[in-house]
Amino acid sequence: MLKQCEGSHAVAQAVALSRPEVICAYPISPQTHIVEGLGEMVKSGALERCEFINVESEFAALSVAIGASAAGARAYTATASQGLLFMAEAVYNASGLGLPIVMTVANRAIGAPINIWNDHTDSMSMRDAGWIQIFAETNQEALDLHIQAFRIAEELSLPVMVCMDGFILTHAYERVDMPDQAQVDRYLPTYEPRQVLDPSDPVTIGAMVGPEAFAEVRYLAHAKQMQALDLMPQIAEEFKHEFGRDSGGLVKPYRLDDAETVVIALGSVLGTIKDTVDDMREQGEKIGVLGITSFRPFPIKAIRDALEHVKRIVVVEKCFAVGIGGIVTRDVRSAVQSRPQHVYAVIAGLGGRAITKASLHKMLLEAIADKLELMTFLDLDWGIVNRVLEREKKQRRSGPIAEGILRDIGTVASRIS
Amino acid sequence: MEQTVIKFYQTGTFTVGNRLLAPEQRSVQANTQRNNSLNSGHRACQGCGEALGARYAIDAAMEATNGQLIAANATGCLEVFSTPYPETSWQMPWIHSLFGNTAAVATGIAAAMRVKGRDDVRVVAQGGDGGTTDIGFGCLSGMFERNDDVLYICYDNEGYMNTGVQRSSATPPAARTATTMPVGPHPGNVFGQGKNLPLIAMAHEIPYVATATVADLRDLEHKVKTAMSMRGARYIHIFVPCPLGWGAAAHDTIKLARLATESGVFPVFEAERGEVTRVSKIRRRVPIDDYLRLQKRFAHLFGANPDTKTIARLQAMADRNIRRFGLLDQQDSNGDAPAPARETTNLGSV
Repeated sequence: MLKQCEGSHAVAQAVALSRPEVICAYPISPQTHIVEGLGEMVKSGALERCEFINVESEFAALSVAIGASAAGARAYTATASQGLLFMAEAVYNASGLGLPIVMTVANRAIGAPINIWNDHTDSMSMRDAGWIQIFAETNQEALDLHIQAFRIAEELSLPVMVCMDGFILTHAYERVDMPDQAQVDRYLPTYEPRQVLDPSDPVTIGAMVGPEAFAEVRYLAHAKQMQALDLMPQIAEEFKHEFGRDSGGLVKPYRLDDAETVVIALGSVLGTIKDTVDDMREQGEKIGVLGITSFRPFPIKAIRDALEHVKRIVVVEKCFAVGIGGIVTRDVRSAVQSRPQHVYAVIAGLGGRAITKASLHKMLLEAIADKLELMTFLDLDWGIVNRVLEREKKQRRSGPIAEGILRDIGTVASRIS
Repeated sequence: MEQTVIKFYQTGTFTVGNRLLAPEQRSVQANTQRNNSLNSGHRACQGCGEALGARYAIDAAMEATNGQLIAANATGCLEVFSTPYPETSWQMPWIHSLFGNTAAVATGIAAAMRVKGRDDVRVVAQGGDGGTTDIGFGCLSGMFERNDDVLYICYDNEGYMNTGVQRSSATPPAARTATTMPVGPHPGNVFGQGKNLPLIAMAHEIPYVATATVADLRDLEHKVKTAMSMRGARYIHIFVPCPLGWGAAAHDTIKLARLATESGVFPVFEAERGEVTRVSKIRRRVPIDDYLRLQKRFAHLFGANPDTKTIARLQAMADRNIRRFGLLDQQDSNGDAPAPARETTNLGSV
């Protein structure tokens, strides 16, 4: 059924349709509307056979989900940014124990400096924890991916992180096609745990594992992610069969057929990129887009195959690894390493800075002319940066960095001294 | 229920013989049909108070729930010595997640049971003092505040023992630990710090809070069973001496717990919704020295130049407990009071 609603609301509905049994939530922008929606559904009785627990921290939120999942319940929670870091210990614990928890991460920058707007730093901080990480491009895909996530998680016994851009998707009102309960019930069976805390068949979960077996246990987590590379396209195929649209899978090619330049990205920025690419195509540029839906497992083969005849690859990413550079770029580089293809890192949109068609267009023309640096910070104000560095050279007591920048930009508040 | 006065003639650890009690008052451990939840073969130290307490507590909980029990366990001695890969001591469903989240994990398990309509399956969470009063404090308070249907048992050996005896917020003043060494102007743990978890639990006004020790194991079992007869958040704080960490003899574990009770160092009581409902009176009061002298962690207070000032301060803390909880029927602060008329527990044991 078609609806015009906020992204968070669409996700809440999708989660509700997936018959969750335990939802535990701690508020943090920009995911809060999702759990508020679910909380209201449970309280009113609209969502039955579900326990909604208001926890005291994100660490508690994921821990409650761990307990619930280990006891055989379908468990869900949502977080972002600081919250994801606060539960970091539990994130590793959930994947280490092999519990099929589904968690929404409403992508948001991580402080300091504190920033509530969108970038991918948060999910990237947990990319090695063993969770499956999938990125939604639109609100429709966000809704769809949550339903698929429960399937993937439960089939593999691995937790799944569904990433959707904070504010850009969560708070945007878009038209979505909401499935009905019968469709979801056909697609998503009841949860059959691989391991469960059951008095009639006692097991010990979470024992210490020493050097004699730890490597094997960790390898098995990797092996499961390798299985996911086959499972996820299958799940997406079944989804299309039941719900009638393409959603999920590993990668999304767009106008790749004769492309010499390919732009790679995750999440909602793909919309802007595709619009830019359409404009450039009209101008005769042989350019295409490859969206990555599954970031973990990283679909090396799918990416390699898609980029086979390409001259250059521009990775536009909303994150970076301080001290070295692009995160997604390095994974892409390793996928195409034996080929003489240039892979450019373009770091953009940090802390919610808008990524405009104009900036992308200009940067891509530079890339096509092979004039682009290996790593570019799109729309960075070099003036501000250089002035800060100069100030720091001149005085020891240079003050808090952010305040210094604000003074430089000239915001009103900073003139009160 | 009729109270039978039973006189015992025993010395030393004052253990109560099962054969002198009515069957329903006997220890669960005396029952050959007991679950043996914490099975033998675990790697606890000789004389480990926590192993003793856990065995009694969990078997009592299993009996009270007809074996329908799931346990969540914090990182710590109990978790490590009971699950040395590839073995496990636990004969019941048991999960270890992290150090600080046990109460939250237990909340999740309880929620899962509720949603599946399995009201008969109960949940117990357990951890040491470190995992409860320090790193687990946030999750514990959250569980209390929501009144989740979980019994949380804290095994208090007054320090982070599994990592080599470091100070926790349950470590008593003056005690030596690896991070409060007996050096400098204030040897051992400092005064004026520390948390009283049982009182904090009471401040949350949860249905049931109790303290217990391994010196009165029947009382401990009774409290666990009482707790399991209730719903909502419940907390039991068990005093468990650690021979290794305290520098005490392995055979003195139960004796130390008794001395802690009889000196007033560790008040034994029950409370419901923030009000104390029963205390275990001190039978024969002892001065705190008797308790301290058996432990090397207090050795720096004694010797050629005893630190009488510090010992007096510790005695004053014990005196305050006695006053505050009414542990003696007659007020006496020099330790020489005659044995007061004794308050009995429900079991009628002595």
